[in-house]
Amino acid sequence: MKKLFLSGAAALALMAGAVQAQTVRVGVAAEPYPPFSTPDAAGNWVGWEIEIIDAVCAAADLECELTPTAWDGIIPALVSGRIDTIMSSMSITEDRLQTIDFSDPYYNTPTVIVGQRDMQMDATPEGLAGMVIGVQVSTIHQAYAQTYFEAGSELRTYQTQDEANQDLASGRIDATQADALALADFLATEAGAACCEVKGTVANDVSILGRGVGAGVRKGDDELRAALNRGIATIVANGTYDEITARYFETSIYGS
Amino acid sequence: MRGWVKPHRIMLLLVALGLVLWAALSLRWDWIPRYWQLGVEGIWRTLWLMALSVLIGFTLAVPLGLAQAAGPRLLAAPARWFCTIIRGTPLLLQIWLIYFGLGSLFPQYPWIRASELWPYLRQAWPYALMALSLSYAGYEGEVMRGAFKSVPHGQLEAARAYGLSRWAVLRRIWLPQALARALPTLGGETILQLKATPLVATITVIEIYAVAGRVRQDTFIIYEPLLLLAVIYMAIAGIITLGFRWLERRYTPGLG
Amino acid sequence: MLDWIYQWWPGLEASVTLLSLEPPGWGGNLVRGAVNSLIIALGAFFLGCVIGIGGALGKLSGGPVTRDLMAVYTTVVRAVPELVLILILYYAGTDLLNQALRALGYRPVEISGLAAGIGVLGVVQGAYATEVLRGAIQAVPTGQIEAARAYGMTRFQTFRRVTFPAMLPLALPGLSNLWLIATKDTALLAIVGFSELTLETRQAAGSTRAYFTFFLAAGALYLIMTLVSGRVFGWIETRFRRGQAGARS
Repeated sequence: MKKLFLSGAAALALMAGAVQAQTVRVGVAAEPYPPFSTPDAAGNWVGWEIEIIDAVCAAADLECELTPTAWDGIIPALVSGRIDTIMSSMSITEDRLQTIDFSDPYYNTPTVIVGQRDMQMDATPEGLAGMVIGVQVSTIHQAYAQTYFEAGSELRTYQTQDEANQDLASGRIDATQADALALADFLATEAGAACCEVKGTVANDVSILGRGVGAGVRKGDDELRAALNRGIATIVANGTYDEITARYFETSIYGS
Repeated sequence: MRGWVKPHRIMLLLVALGLVLWAALSLRWDWIPRYWQLGVEGIWRTLWLMALSVLIGFTLAVPLGLAQAAGPRLLAAPARWFCTIIRGTPLLLQIWLIYFGLGSLFPQYPWIRASELWPYLRQAWPYALMALSLSYAGYEGEVMRGAFKSVPHGQLEAARAYGLSRWAVLRRIWLPQALARALPTLGGETILQLKATPLVATITVIEIYAVAGRVRQDTFIIYEPLLLLAVIYMAIAGIITLGFRWLERRYTPGLG
Repeated sequence: MLDWIYQWWPGLEASVTLLSLEPPGWGGNLVRGAVNSLIIALGAFFLGCVIGIGGALGKLSGGPVTRDLMAVYTTVVRAVPELVLILILYYAGTDLLNQALRALGYRPVEISGLAAGIGVLGVVQGAYATEVLRGAIQAVPTGQIEAARAYGMTRFQTFRRVTFPAMLPLALPGLSNLWLIATKDTALLAIVGFSELTLETRQAAGSTRAYFTFFLAAGALYLIMTLVSGRVFGWIETRFRRGQAGARS
């Protein structure tokens, strides 16, 4: 009886150890970022990116656990080991590559300026001169705006894109720069449609805007990176990616 | 100064000096030349937000305390409710409620944008100042209530017996003594107000905490900006403490 | 009756739906966040008290070095904003712990968000608790302690049987203030991403754009916590002060 109990406990411990070794804590921003990842009224996370995370983990045979983390501390959280990967619409840029590694990109969308309907502006430094622009903190949009727009316009940084959108709807800021799809989601709402419209796409600068969104991993964590790449390639090849995308967007966002 | 020459103190000071030297030499400080101007601006904003909110808050606190200590039910009850609500809810929530809550009302009343106040309503610092002032008033209202109550009633009765009007009693006897009794607490409360100022960084006010945040986001350095930030706050707190000690020595000699 | 109120106050019905406890109302999320806040506050408060007792004893009966180190600890925590302390301790604390474990040869341990939050807030609370408990211990009449030592009790026995029970009622007002600070400081953890009441409120407000509704609801929840805590502490104080002459004015 004792031997049975001991061997049962040993088997359980081995299994637990085995399962734990595979649990990958996936960091997502704790702030809502529709339509990619947002919490619903029941406290679950839903959105295009959440479904992609589930699909990639299933395809790569990883046990994934969503770990909401504050967006402006998400890279330190990865570096210090609180999370194992970042899959939160984080673009692959030179700056970030100095601190962390990225998987292959899994989507790429243009960056647009959305502004007040009754104001004349376009997506260039001259077109935005004298305006108040809102951006989310710690994003490629903040870096881009600081490089190109800060000289001629006033920049305000917000903890979440949602708050920037809110201030845009209130009229406190004149424009915001963000991902085209995230802003399309805002413009589809009542408040967004009433106040604002897309003013243009910003001139591309790959060194700041990056070459697509990838999953961040710690430097040197090649095993996880390879597994994620495998997962991404699998779901793109077998059609899961397109199926999930079709539920949220009209065209493919995989980019080139 | 005698107390500092003890052997254990000297040893501790040497250890502290050693730590500071190690930090200065081995941690990364190359970001300081680029950001020190922004830093000075941030420190200035922190200081004037704190000082102005303390002044406005204290001006509100005196009537609040007086109403609770000596006022009719009609005045005392709302004053008590105000203090209870301010002291019972987190400052962060109050700041967000005032900034985003009021902001969400703007689209419903388009005439606000045409009004003269609009340039101020667009910016974030008026809301920050209002939230910090109301918070200080709530806490100090309670302190002033205790201070007003603690002035020996015999003095007030004697003053009335001498034929001084109620206003004169307040102005010449009650208020000065209440202020003198409240002074030690006010020093601590002002430092608490200093510690409350970083919260306004979440509504786009660029004070020194927001500058440190920007340094951390631009350079991905995790600790050094925070350590320098802590040192700056300790220095400001030290100056405030010394200032209040000077005030106490000048204005409250002879009070236990 | 309800319909009449809804007709008279447009928007109220929408707000009430948003706040309902079952989805699609976000009320359930808010309540869950409030429970999380309470758990973190409780943990931080007790950790703070434990640190506080150690700190107070260190300041009162420790050697000169201990006293100075405790003074540095309390001064730093009381001068630096909680937000900065939370950030430093949150990243540095777990980082240093894992580095130390790795240097010693153990596997780095996974510190859950809850534990990190409680640890960080507890360290902050500990500094304030040190001052409160130090004042309370000093206020215990020395005659009682001398009598205990004269009876031959060891220092630990004196502390456990005489000092500690005598100091508790004196410390209660300060401790109740500390508890209120703990409940409100949990809001700062929203900035680090813990899912407590303030973060849930911001998420709900951001997703539904009903900022006023949710922030007012969160304020009401915090106020309920504060008022109930005040009542509970008042009841504890009356019980502890039974038989003691003259409460504070």
